[in-house]
Amino acid sequence: MKRYDVRLCKIIKKTEIADGFFDFLVEAGELAQTAQVGQFGHIKVTGKTLRRPISICEIDKEKETLRFVFQIRGEGTAELAKVQEGENLDVLAPLGTSFPLFDKEKKALLVGGGIGTPPLLGLAQYYGANSTVGLGFRNADSVILEKDFAAAGAKVLIATDDGSAGFHGLVTEMLKDSRPDVIYTCGPTPMLNAVCRLADEWKVPCYVSLEERMACAVGACLGCAVALQDESGNVYNGHVCKSGPIFDYKRVVQFAGGETSAVLNQKGCECGTKEVCHG
Amino acid sequence: MADLKVKVAGVEFNNPLIAASGAFGFGREYGEMYPISAFGGIACKGTTREPRQGNPAPRITETPSGMLNAVGLQNPGIEHFIREDLPWLEQQNIRIIANIAGNEYEDYCAVAEMLNSTAVDMVELNISCPNVKKGGVQFGTSAEGVFGITKAVREVCKKPLIVKLSPNVSDIGEVASAAEHAGADAVSLINTLTGMRIDINSRRPIIRNNTGGLSGPAVFPVAVRMVWQAAQRVKIPVIGLGGIASWQDAVEMLLAGATALQIGTAIFTDPYIAEKITEGLNQYLDKNGIKSVTELTGGICPW
Repeated sequence: MKRYDVRLCKIIKKTEIADGFFDFLVEAGELAQTAQVGQFGHIKVTGKTLRRPISICEIDKEKETLRFVFQIRGEGTAELAKVQEGENLDVLAPLGTSFPLFDKEKKALLVGGGIGTPPLLGLAQYYGANSTVGLGFRNADSVILEKDFAAAGAKVLIATDDGSAGFHGLVTEMLKDSRPDVIYTCGPTPMLNAVCRLADEWKVPCYVSLEERMACAVGACLGCAVALQDESGNVYNGHVCKSGPIFDYKRVVQFAGGETSAVLNQKGCECGTKEVCHG
Repeated sequence: MADLKVKVAGVEFNNPLIAASGAFGFGREYGEMYPISAFGGIACKGTTREPRQGNPAPRITETPSGMLNAVGLQNPGIEHFIREDLPWLEQQNIRIIANIAGNEYEDYCAVAEMLNSTAVDMVELNISCPNVKKGGVQFGTSAEGVFGITKAVREVCKKPLIVKLSPNVSDIGEVASAAEHAGADAVSLINTLTGMRIDINSRRPIIRNNTGGLSGPAVFPVAVRMVWQAAQRVKIPVIGLGGIASWQDAVEMLLAGATALQIGTAIFTDPYIAEKITEGLNQYLDKNGIKSVTELTGGICPW
């Protein structure tokens, strides 16, 4: 079986689960068989040159379906949202790395922000009652997937920016007494940063799911650069599509914390700049 | 079934399609999906003497009917290419074109010399990358610059030499002619057109490098025009590229004067584009009673 491939996937069910948030359940055949939690699909959009990377929300290997939940964020996703039930999506999947899974008895903390929530659902289904899920949203109207996480057996905590649902404030404030054995997170950069600082404080492993503008999404074009560091602190450009989208936060320069920034400044780049490298 | 074989500077390709440099890496990622011999050749990612880290993200953005990129020649260096990528490519039944880049003449020459004793079929000189500060396009935007770098590399390069031309010039015919006179065996064109997009909310350019190279269907008519102009000025083969996304585009580019074609951005839209184009080409040739694709080259009937 191929690691990934292109397939026309029929949309079995399409739902607008919140204003501007769409939920596509698609027939995916072999793509569902090879897919793992945390991977993504690269979906062709009518009239666009570039496909759009969308994380896989749910994998059903028996029914051979994949579920994609996305938010309209620009022209591409707006076009994608027009595709109707019964029509085909042209999907290149499953791509990238997956979330490392530990013993199911471990306590997992899943932290999602907005449209960063969908890729975490498979983790809740894996860890079940041992998972605590902290989800942050703008307001009550933009809360998504709360019931899906609850149905997986997870303990679900909601935070909103305006307090219209759940905890009023940042999701990381809400979770500050929830020390787990492992953290998984996806969402806006400031939230990821705050979650990584919790991981520092608690000294637990933490895996982040990143996004970046992509062209090929398979590791050929090198478009989706991300500054990474190896175990010796050597900084280099990896790629979100192939080295990720799932990363140990200590390997990601932006999230690794104080030590790394110092290393980055010391090393600079061969062309003399203090940043990663301008070629 | 028509004959899709073409010959460029004595090198025979099973079909006229070559994966364009930068769009296809060193072939392995697409090799996960299909035999990369769907292409007659591969122009490998631009490779330099030493490894390069390239530009910071964002490196990519969509534009009307195309995209901008400013990857900045991130690559693992020539030694890594020869040691790790070339042995695999040699097993793929595909013509291998090494695309080489550098800052100074001596960088290009050193890389070209290292390739002399390898299985690489051809060398493509990258003097038109718009996304690096030194080297690249500084050699490619004037006839004198193209002549100088081509001549220097020609003196040490024992492989058939392709010079990849920048469209960011006022007279493409003159530049192509300079490459020919300096000893190039073929020219390929066009590389990307320098472009820019600005986020109207943050007022920042979307691409971190500020400017990037425009590719995709948007540039196709410009590419056809330049291939047509260049083909009239030189006797060496012209490899046409720039926005080819269908078999119809392929026919058009061949008629304009191209001997072979490179496909880049269209691979991102459809990873299986090569087999679709060769299939369409075959049908077109059969339908029109043309036995060999080479008969299309320069077949345009201009007004």
